[in-house]
Amino acid sequence: MDNGILIRTKDLVKVYPLGQQSITALADVNLTFRRGEFAGLVGPSGSGKTTLLNILGSLDAPTRGSAEVLGEKVETLSHRKAAALRNRHIGFIFQTFNLLPVYTVYENVEFPLLLLGMPPAERRRAVADALSWVGLADRTKSKPSQLSGGQCQRVAIARAVVKKPELVLADEPTANLDAENSHHILDTMETLNRDMGTTFLFATHDEKVIRHVRRKITLIDGRVAKDEALAGS
Amino acid sequence: MIAFLFKGIFRDRSRSFIPFLTVTLGVFLTVGMYSYIKGGVFTITRFSANLGTGHVKVTTRAYAQETGAPANDAALTDAAALASRLADDYPDFDWAPRIRFGGLLDVPDENGKTITQGAVAGFAADLLSSESREKERLDLGRGLIRGRLPERPDEILIGDILARRLGLEPGQKAALLSSTRRGSMAAANFTLAGTVDFGVRSMDRTGIVADLQGVRAALDMEDEAGEILGFFKNSLFDRNKAEAVKAAFNGRAGADASDDFAPVLLTLRDQNGLGESLDYMNAAQAVIIVVFVIPMALVLWNAGLIGNLRRYGEIGIRLAMGETKGHIYRSLLAESLMIGFLGTVAGTVLGLALAYYLQAHGINIRVLMKNASIMIPNVLHARVTTLSYVIGLAPGLLATFVGTAISGRGIYKRQTARLLKELET
Ligand SMILES: Nc1ncnc2c1ncn2[C@@H]1O[C@H](COP(=O)(O)OP(=O)(O)OP(=O)(O)O)[C@@H](O)[C@H]1O
Ligand SMILES: [Mg+2]
Repeated sequence: MDNGILIRTKDLVKVYPLGQQSITALADVNLTFRRGEFAGLVGPSGSGKTTLLNILGSLDAPTRGSAEVLGEKVETLSHRKAAALRNRHIGFIFQTFNLLPVYTVYENVEFPLLLLGMPPAERRRAVADALSWVGLADRTKSKPSQLSGGQCQRVAIARAVVKKPELVLADEPTANLDAENSHHILDTMETLNRDMGTTFLFATHDEKVIRHVRRKITLIDGRVAKDEALAGS
Repeated sequence: MIAFLFKGIFRDRSRSFIPFLTVTLGVFLTVGMYSYIKGGVFTITRFSANLGTGHVKVTTRAYAQETGAPANDAALTDAAALASRLADDYPDFDWAPRIRFGGLLDVPDENGKTITQGAVAGFAADLLSSESREKERLDLGRGLIRGRLPERPDEILIGDILARRLGLEPGQKAALLSSTRRGSMAAANFTLAGTVDFGVRSMDRTGIVADLQGVRAALDMEDEAGEILGFFKNSLFDRNKAEAVKAAFNGRAGADASDDFAPVLLTLRDQNGLGESLDYMNAAQAVIIVVFVIPMALVLWNAGLIGNLRRYGEIGIRLAMGETKGHIYRSLLAESLMIGFLGTVAGTVLGLALAYYLQAHGINIRVLMKNASIMIPNVLHARVTTLSYVIGLAPGLLATFVGTAISGRGIYKRQTARLLKELET
C-alpha cells in the first residue's frame, strides 16, 4: 500500500451467529491508518473493539467487506499466510499479559524470534535491546510468576516489539494495571512509536490511555461513531 | 526450537509426568514379557532338543509314526554306519544315537524277591565314550541329587522322586523288565548310580537315563538305535538350515518313500507339536507389543487432551505470535515424542532389570504344566537379547505418537479467535 497507509478497512462487517439469531459485532467499518499512528479504539463493552483488532491482526476473518493490512487482504489470507503476516509484522499485547508461565522473561521475549528463525547472536542482541526498552534488562532469568503485573505487561510489550513489527495491536493493555504502571507502559510505547515509527492501535476504556493517543475512534454497536484527532501528550 | 520444547517439558512436570509414567510402565512390561517369552522359546527348544527331539532326528518312518511307547521293533539297523555317514554328509551337526525305552523297574531284596516295582520311561545315550558330547549336552551333573553319574554301562540314573518312591538308594541294584527288539521278554540288572532332578515334571516321576551300550545289551539291540539325533554344533536351533537338511536328506538318491524302515529326517518342529507351540509363542511376542500399544495410546490420548486443554492459552498466544497450527501440532508431537523417548528409556532400563533378574532366577511354572505332553521345563528363565534393548521403542514411541496425533487435532478444530477468547477468562 502506498502513501504511508498501513491499514484500510472497507465496509467491514462481522456477524457472529448466536443460535437462531446473530450478533453484529462490526457494521460497515471504514477506517484508514497510516504508518506511525498512535491511535485508540474506545467504546462501551461489546461495541466491537476486540473484534476489530482480531480481524486486523488476521486472527479472525470478516463476514463481509475487506480489511487490507500491510498490503494483504485479511479476508482472503490462508491460515499459513496469516500466520506469516503476524509473525513478521504484527505484535500483540493482551489485557492479561499472557506470558508463557514455564519460560523465563528472556525466553518469552525470545520466542517470536525463534519462530522467525533468527540466528542466535542476532537473537540475543534483539532480546537484550527489547528488555532494556521496557526497563527489565536485569530480570532476564525471572519467571512471570516472580514479576508484578506491571512488569509482566512490560515483558509482553518487549515480546510484541522485539521483532520490530510495523504494527502493534494492544487490547486493553492497562486494564489490569495501576496508574503508575499504566503511565510507565504508555511512556514506553510512545518512545517506541517515536523512535522506531511503530504503529500502535489500542482498544481501551482507560482514560489514562486516551490522554496519550493522538487519534481517538469511538465505536458504538459496531459502528464508527466518532473519529477525532487529539493533541496527544 | 527443540531446546525450547525440552525446557517446557522439564519445567512443567504436570505436562509430562503422566505420559512419562504411562510409557515407562508400558515399555517396562513389554521388555519384561518379551524377554521372558524369548527365554521360554529358547529354553523349551533347548530342553526338547536335548532330552528328546534333537534339532533334527533321523529315524524310520514306522518309528516316527508310533506316538505311544517307543517302537523299537522299527529301530534303525546298522546304526554306526548310518551315524558316520550322517557325520560325513552333514558336518554342521553332532550326531548322537539314542534308544528310548520303557518298562518296569523291579527292586528286589537280598533273595531276589520283588519289594517294589515302578513304571519307567526314558532313554539311553552314549554317556561313556570319549568322543561323545552327550554328557555335557544333557548336563545331568547339574540336576544330580544323590550319588554320581554313571561310569559303567550297567549304571543308570533315575528321577529322584521315583527313587524315593521305590526306596532305591544309589549303589543298589534293580532289574529293568522290558521287551527286546524282537518282542521277547527282557530282564537286565542295573545299578543305580545316582538320582536326578530332570527339571521336567514327567521325567521326575518316571524318568530313567542309561548308557547306550548297557541298554543295547539289555534289549538285544547291538548296532541299532531308535533314533539318531542331530545337534547344531553351536547348540542353537536354526530353522532354515534344519529344513534344508531335511529336504536334502529325505530327497536323497535311493530314498524309498514306501519303505517304512528306511531312515527319514524330522526337524524339532515336526515333533510333539513343537512347531506350533513355538510359532504360537513367537506370535505372542508380536501380540504383546500391540496389546500394550493400544491402552497406552488411549491413556496418552487422554492425557494429551487434558494437557492441551490446560494449554489453550499458550496455544492461543503462539498463534497470535504467528506460529501456524501445523507448526504447533508438530511441536506437540515432537514434545510428546521426547517424553515418549525418555519414558521408553526408563521403561527399558526397568524392563531389562526385570529381564536380567528372571534370566538369573526364572519362574516356576510347574503347576501350569500338569498335562503338557511336550517337555517344558519346570522353571522358565527370561533371555535378554539385543532386541530386548530396543523392543520397547516400538510401543513407547508408537503409542505416544498415536495418542498425541489424535489429541492434538483439537487445535485444528478451534478457531484462532476462540483460542484467544479463552485467555480472557
Ligand atoms: N466468538 C463470539 N461469538 C459470539 N459473539 C461474539 C463472539 N465474540 C464477540 N462476540 C460478540 O460481539 C460483540 C463485540 O464483542 P467484542 O469482544 O468485540 O467487544 P469489545 O468492544 O471488545 O468489548 P469489551 O470492552 O468488553 O472488551 C459482543 O456483543 C460480543 O458478545
Ligand atoms: Mg474487548
